[in-house]
Amino acid sequence: MTTITTVVRGRPSTRSSVWRRRLLIGVVALYVGLLIVAPLVALVRGAFLEGAAAMWQAINQPGVWRAFWQTLQIGVVVVVVHTVFGTAVAWVFVRDDFRGKWLLNAIMDLPFAVSPVVVGYMLILIFGRRGLLAPLLAAWDIQVVFAVPGMVLATLFVTMPFMVRVLVPVLEAFDVRQEQAAATLGAGGWFTFRRVTFPALRWGFVYGITLTFARALGEFGAVLVVGGGIQGRTETVPIYIFRALDERMYTGAYSAALLLGLFSILLILGTDWLRRRQE
Amino acid sequence: MASMTTPTTTPRIPWARLGIRGMALSYLFLMLIIPISVIFWDGFSEGMVTLWQEVAKPIAWSALKLTLWTSAVMAIINGVMGLLTAFVLVRYTFPGKTTLNAIIDLPLAIPTLVTGLMLVALYGPQQVVGAWVLEHFGQRIIFAPPGIVLALLFVTFPFVVRSVQPVLLDLDQAQEDAAATLAATSWMIFHRITFPAIRLPLLSGMLLSFARAIGEFGAIVIVAGNIPFRSQTAAVYVYGEVESENRLGASAMSVAMMLIAFSVVALVGYLERRGRRG
Repeated sequence: MTTITTVVRGRPSTRSSVWRRRLLIGVVALYVGLLIVAPLVALVRGAFLEGAAAMWQAINQPGVWRAFWQTLQIGVVVVVVHTVFGTAVAWVFVRDDFRGKWLLNAIMDLPFAVSPVVVGYMLILIFGRRGLLAPLLAAWDIQVVFAVPGMVLATLFVTMPFMVRVLVPVLEAFDVRQEQAAATLGAGGWFTFRRVTFPALRWGFVYGITLTFARALGEFGAVLVVGGGIQGRTETVPIYIFRALDERMYTGAYSAALLLGLFSILLILGTDWLRRRQE
Repeated sequence: MASMTTPTTTPRIPWARLGIRGMALSYLFLMLIIPISVIFWDGFSEGMVTLWQEVAKPIAWSALKLTLWTSAVMAIINGVMGLLTAFVLVRYTFPGKTTLNAIIDLPLAIPTLVTGLMLVALYGPQQVVGAWVLEHFGQRIIFAPPGIVLALLFVTFPFVVRSVQPVLLDLDQAQEDAAATLAATSWMIFHRITFPAIRLPLLSGMLLSFARAIGEFGAIVIVAGNIPFRSQTAAVYVYGEVESENRLGASAMSVAMMLIAFSVVALVGYLERRGRRG
């Protein structure tokens, strides 16, 4: 049906090019289907296998809600810290200039290349029982490892590049002359930032925050190693899923995974949709 | 109108500029440089020989080897399929294209542990697809290297696509059209014109996915099942060493993984800088 009408940007389609097109689209669809869509469907099926009631029962338990609450708390703290410091780092990247600045660019992406397990282990080496800061922490009676502060630090490390990498291009695209115009009209630095710079960067912030938050909610390895996964104390949702699997509570594991996965997906897709509607 | 040439920046007060700089630098120093240095310092503290001996231990060595070859296989498959996906997305219109484009970013949103669980739910030996493959091909997917490769492919799928796609979009198709007018076959056009233009982003996408794969833990720990010599990867090995408080082993493997991943990232940086110049 579509054989005659398909034209690939100016080049007339021949019979072979039409078949090649179908083949390539088919191969890609099959690949994405097997790699991403089918496992997603299998997860949904696994969660609903014993019915929606069993699923609700598996989720509706104090331990599970605690894990969700714990995860959300860590996520919010991480987002706040990264919004403040990430903005500062992005600003330094784009507007500031000093010797050795290129080094910043080189190290900024390193957290992507460090294994989450190693991130947790680093924190144990620093804050652990025999860690570098052990005497200091003991004197002040602060617990970082096997406690929430360590989990926050681990999540901060893992999510470090997102805010900066999202903000830098937005800040680069922003025209400095707008700020200069505001200054000419007598606006102060803070006023200019609030009324001119910030509105222009708004979508960068929203997107950076969403990415950071989604990634923070899903962090597993770093938080497990540094937090120890103590039931009822340092158990986030991913750690709960891991324990539930270990204890053969499959419905609980699948349901929590589905809930967490759906939340993250909606977060990312929702922001994307909002932004496109704004434009 | 705008005759000013020197770009002034947000804070006009000198201490504000220095303040922000100080804040950003001390944050990076405390949160990034110090923790990474501590690992290197601890790994090298017993000397190079001890470090090497720890990594060369049979269990550690086989974990590292498994990590490297599964990551390499993943990078190759990801390169081919990512390129193909980007090509199809840029050049063709078809029903469901928007959905496909949205699906590509899903792996970035889905927690890695959930990824592992999803793969077990589909390809596990007790599940429909896993059982079918085991029966017809005699190959386990879960608790075996194919599962590791699948998990890595899932997690890194966006890397190559999103690195090639924008370049392919910007590519001037007039060159391809000219070649077509001169009776070049489509394969020749792809081989001689399209491919050279996207070679660099393709390579950096593959290398970045490789660097990311070296340390992957969440997706693998469920799928691979932590069987030494068979399905234990480097990250899972480090986890075991930390749990059993074996500091030497944990630090040595951490340093090895970081050295490999950082060199790959540095290589990508070098390639991109060279690409921008040439």
